[in-house]
Amino acid sequence: MTTMTETTTQVYQVFIKATPEQVWDGITKPEFTAQYFYGSVIDSTFEPGAPYLGWSSDRTQQYVDGEVLEADPPRRLSHTWRALYDEETAAEPHSRVAWEIEPQDGGITKLTVVHDRLEASPKTALNVAGGWSFVLSGLKTLLETGKPLAG
Amino acid sequence: MTCDLLVTYSLLMDDDRIFKALADPTRRLLLDRLFERDGRTLTELESDLEMTRFGVMKHLRVLEEGGLVVTRRSGREKLHFLNPVPIRLIHDRWIDKYTERQVSALANLKSELEETG
Repeated sequence: MTTMTETTTQVYQVFIKATPEQVWDGITKPEFTAQYFYGSVIDSTFEPGAPYLGWSSDRTQQYVDGEVLEADPPRRLSHTWRALYDEETAAEPHSRVAWEIEPQDGGITKLTVVHDRLEASPKTALNVAGGWSFVLSGLKTLLETGKPLAG
Repeated sequence: MTCDLLVTYSLLMDDDRIFKALADPTRRLLLDRLFERDGRTLTELESDLEMTRFGVMKHLRVLEEGGLVVTRRSGREKLHFLNPVPIRLIHDRWIDKYTERQVSALANLKSELEETG
């Protein structure tokens, strides 16, 4: 069995038939994030220095703790990331997530998620490795069809 | 078909490119290498394979066209990253939650049998 080692930067990319503004709304508006981001309600003013928080859909449990580093709608968002839903990841330092939104020809937008600063957070690196694919697939389905992934 | 539509088609309906990219043992080996350690340069990947630099570049280009490898600049270096999202999209398109449980049960059984066997 192969295990992932020394992974300190992870890159995920997806092409979505939507405008950059729609993609920006998809990653910043809680009514969207609740439908594809493991049910998380993302809570932030998206201004540098503001908290970036993820809550359970009933807002009783905090899943994610972070701080907005850069916000340039609808092109770029970066924030720190500490996952609280798992004891081991909660004990690790904050890592960083950057969302890069680039318009392409034909009404397509390229979305790239770069999760880095994972050097001191190996449990987080393993934990998010499968998760981002699921999240981006769900975001693409939601923006293209107006419906969340089945199931 | 207009140029715009062709671009749309090639960016969104790229299942053929994904399967083409996966339909070669060297390219799958390159993906395995990136899974083990992500963000490698061409030189690093080349030293792992008994193949010319040109050959490795050609395979990496097919993987990039299939969206399975994404490159990023870091200073003067060009780093190659494994992008698993296209495989996830294929998975989500054809495997629903119900069958997923059966598939993962079978996959677990297979790996258990192979580990003990």
